[in-house]
Amino acid sequence: MTTTHATLRRTPDSHDYPTRHYDLVKEFVIALAIMTGLSLVLAGIFSSPDDKAITMSSWAKADPADVVATATGELAGTTTSATYGAPYNHASEGQSVLGLKLQKWGGVGIPVNSADLVLQPLRAVSGNAALTQALAQWDALPAAQQTTQATAYADALAKAPDGNPAQVASGSYGPVPVLTTSFLGLASSGGLEGSLTSSGTFYGTDQTRAMLLLSDGAYLEDSAVADHLGGDQWGMMNEVGNYPGQPWMWLYTFWYQVKPFSTSENADTQVWALMMLLTLVLALVPWIPGVRSIPRLIPVHRLIWRDHYRRR
Amino acid sequence: MSAPASDARERSWTSAVRDHVAGLVPEGQALPDRQPAYVSSWIYVFGVATLAALVVVVGSGVVLAMGGAAWWHTSGLGHFVNSVHLWSVELFFAAMVVHLWGKFWMAAWRGNRGLTWVTGVVSFITSIGAAFTGYLVQSNFDSQWISGEAKDGINSIGVGGFFNVLNTGQMLLWHVTLLPIGVGIIAVMHVILVRRHGVVPPLDDEAEEVAR
Repeated sequence: MTTTHATLRRTPDSHDYPTRHYDLVKEFVIALAIMTGLSLVLAGIFSSPDDKAITMSSWAKADPADVVATATGELAGTTTSATYGAPYNHASEGQSVLGLKLQKWGGVGIPVNSADLVLQPLRAVSGNAALTQALAQWDALPAAQQTTQATAYADALAKAPDGNPAQVASGSYGPVPVLTTSFLGLASSGGLEGSLTSSGTFYGTDQTRAMLLLSDGAYLEDSAVADHLGGDQWGMMNEVGNYPGQPWMWLYTFWYQVKPFSTSENADTQVWALMMLLTLVLALVPWIPGVRSIPRLIPVHRLIWRDHYRRR
Repeated sequence: MSAPASDARERSWTSAVRDHVAGLVPEGQALPDRQPAYVSSWIYVFGVATLAALVVVVGSGVVLAMGGAAWWHTSGLGHFVNSVHLWSVELFFAAMVVHLWGKFWMAAWRGNRGLTWVTGVVSFITSIGAAFTGYLVQSNFDSQWISGEAKDGINSIGVGGFFNVLNTGQMLLWHVTLLPIGVGIIAVMHVILVRRHGVVPPLDDEAEEVAR
């Protein structure tokens, strides 16, 4: 007959140990004073970054060709938001991981018609006969022809020097040039500010549609990359200038820098799934054999409790 | 024969809650003025430093809230308070990460302290969410870029329709109410558990038992 033996460790009760005087409240008050002082000093020396937000007007003035190209893409249905999928539309399946179509399953909770990002502000303009006529012409076109003409104009813009609308080769673009040029004029004048966030309501607190439009252009990303904020520049944990940003997100950001995530079309959902798994592992460390034994194998605790071990 | 009136009082909801609250922490251990002699290392400072930094974070956030969402863009004082808020957050996370690593190397989950570890991890994750929404509601270039990038991550797991990082109004409310309340509740749970179980004894002090 064989008998198996297993060694169990029983952690002693902390209240059974000899004690010493310890003033918890004093410790907290001193810590609070130090943290307050440090925060004030760091704020006084380094301040905090506050680069102004890009406005539709500043975008139009800095990169008018990008505004026209973006507006054309919205009408053609070729921009990032137009082809995004959930939660904005059904244009694509979205990202998935291990066959789980999480993005699609989330549903279209924030319906956005990309063409409306351009047309809705234009419809609010009055006193512009050419624009009114172009809008009427656009509305009268079958959907397929709208797409054909907008796509043709987008292709022509791409071939024009610097994407300059004034140098586009002649072609059959229907009302698209008038619509997009009017959109540029509206943006330059500042008339586009707030029109996508407060449309239909006095109070505008939702920047979703304005941000989708801005993100569809190249200007926002170009500005961010110039400020070392690109996705492949550890941009998710950085902020403008030399400020520390969110260094606690280093691991999340790290995965985007390495393969297979850096080249994957499903990188976002893959990285999220991995981080959720790692977070679960972190939370369950006390119950994971091997991992929970690491502190015994690498005796950092000998340094932490060196006084105790010396006295023992 | 009817039960005495005192028995009925003891079985009330109020007495049940009172007894539960009173039993959360052993008598005299909520704010003890003595600690086990082994509590003698600088590593122990970082837990209370995290709590202290959290107080500065909340305090500076309250002042910012009084001024309004855009106050700090137009006021020198507002910008300074925003800077205090930013740096206190950095200090909060720095202290918390050192605290977390310290507890890992102490294997501080021993002796039925697993839930203390879990609440610490949940507090860390919730704090990341709270800080993240802070970056979204700055209403400047940073928040434009961060929200534009973050939407892809959030949307990819199917929750973007509900938790919309491009909706500044929604994110502001999450940042100033829901997430701070969450961090606060979990932090309180964490501290209660620490006081309930006491500071974990040193490794290698365990008595070994042989089980068959």
